[in-house]
Amino acid sequence: MTRTPLLQVEHLTMRFGGLIAVNDISFTAYDREITAIIGPNGAGKTTVFNCLTGFYNAPVGRLRLTGARGEFLLERMDGFRIAQKGGVARTFQNIRLFPQMTVLENLIIAQHNTLMRASGYTAAGLFGLKSYRDAEREAVELARSWLDRLGLTAQADWEAGNLPYGSQRRLEIARAMCTKPVLLCLDEPAAGLNPRESGELRELLTEIRDRRRIGVLLIEHDMSVVMGISDHIVVLDYGRLIADGTPAEVRSDPAVIRAYLGEEDTDQIPPEVARNLRQGGRV
Amino acid sequence: MEYFLQQLINGVTLGAIYGLIAIGYTMVYGIIGMINFAHGEVYMIGAFISIITFIVLGLIGITFIPLALMVVLLSAMVFTAAYGWTIERVAYGPLRGSFRLAPLISAIGMSLFLQNYVQLVQGARVKPMQPVITGGFEFFQGSGFTVRLSYIQIIIVVLTIALMVGFTFLIQRTALGRAQRACEQDMGMAALVGIDVNRTISLTFVMGAMLAAVAGMMVTLYYGVIDFFIGFLAGVKAFTAAVLGGIGSLPGAMLGGLLIGLIEAFWSAYFSVEYKDVAVFVILVLTLIFKPTGLLGKPDIEKV
Repeated sequence: MTRTPLLQVEHLTMRFGGLIAVNDISFTAYDREITAIIGPNGAGKTTVFNCLTGFYNAPVGRLRLTGARGEFLLERMDGFRIAQKGGVARTFQNIRLFPQMTVLENLIIAQHNTLMRASGYTAAGLFGLKSYRDAEREAVELARSWLDRLGLTAQADWEAGNLPYGSQRRLEIARAMCTKPVLLCLDEPAAGLNPRESGELRELLTEIRDRRRIGVLLIEHDMSVVMGISDHIVVLDYGRLIADGTPAEVRSDPAVIRAYLGEEDTDQIPPEVARNLRQGGRV
Repeated sequence: MEYFLQQLINGVTLGAIYGLIAIGYTMVYGIIGMINFAHGEVYMIGAFISIITFIVLGLIGITFIPLALMVVLLSAMVFTAAYGWTIERVAYGPLRGSFRLAPLISAIGMSLFLQNYVQLVQGARVKPMQPVITGGFEFFQGSGFTVRLSYIQIIIVVLTIALMVGFTFLIQRTALGRAQRACEQDMGMAALVGIDVNRTISLTFVMGAMLAAVAGMMVTLYYGVIDFFIGFLAGVKAFTAAVLGGIGSLPGAMLGGLLIGLIEAFWSAYFSVEYKDVAVFVILVLTLIFKPTGLLGKPDIEKV
């Protein structure tokens, strides 16, 4: 299979006053692959996501997205256009559903742009024209199919904020998928999940990659998830890129081990920790 | 009994007008968390545009009343909506992301500006209008007190109910309404699912202005006199209605408007006309002290 570049990050730099959160990072994420971004806390992973999704406007660097919807320079786009035109969807470390909307509505709101167009910018929707009702029925069908997939059908009319934690995480991924993205950015989707749930998450993510055929960008600390499903791993430390390669390459990279375990202790890594790291346990 | 019934009719009519204005306050508060103090002025401008349109229609000889009413309704809604949109773009949009008080101060400035602008352009004198719709039903003619239900009161109440139903439908069922509710809960996340937050906020102002314009038109028809200052008192009372119903809640604004209208009418009838405004503002004070979330407002629950 030939690899098609989906997102090319070039020389991305982001400063906050004197702090350089992201320092001259370049990497490429490929279409239909899971690219993991890992690194210790404060390495700049979430900052990269925030630049990608328009929360920050990176002063230096280029973010070139070449998806099914065309080519876009994300650093020049407004936040909502990145989602609307470019097709980048995202989830958060601390879940950000619309807590007072129902579970189903959370998935329908993700299809806002399709519906807004179908409703003739509200007029057709207000008078209940057929074109709008059809579009709405399709939106509900897509939403229901995701609820079925996640086993949340019974809770469709709950307020999203009342769902159990693990279900909220999965619903957030489904909502991102309902925007029909070309690139899905997931910020620690496995955080707080029990082993069974994180197993389900792995299944879901590989399914998204293989069946929905889109690119996934994944920030994650749970190495069992990262090593198990990533095609490609990018390692950040103190805002710099220290490694970039396949899971096997990254796992044995001395710079990565140093970053995780500290400079001085490299010689004295307890054997069980080193083994754990190599086999993909939680660091 | 007859007297009570008459006040009930008057109160409901007044309440319908307050309710329409109150929706504008409550929606804007819901979505960006600010009180749009210029909203009363938007209503006043709606009244002026109605009277101007009536005069223009009279000049060009359109005297068929139902047609004239439709034209006035549309023109008031369209032009007032343009005002609402412009006010948001000029006075509030640039301050988004600034500290909380900034747009509030800007709103007060906007309110003063609009009052003075209308005073300069239209003059300070009261603008009278000939009654367009006259007549009505009369009940209990035999007894000492005749209860009147005029056609204009019926039109006001029916139009208000129709608008409120349509509006509730818009918020609950259309893509725009859903986007508004999403922005209300989390603007950043709304942008991430592709919602144009700025446009959604602008449209919220436009919708509030349209409803206020209808209220302005109704007042012009009902009382027959307007001046550049009517926006202030009506605005503060509609704000009271929004607070009483629970600011941020749409049904609350409707209920609050109705209650304020009834309180004002009954207070005028059984206590004193001079103190009717005092009665309304005592309600505001009491609500803020004893039930700041209002009748239908949801308390802010901080989940841990």
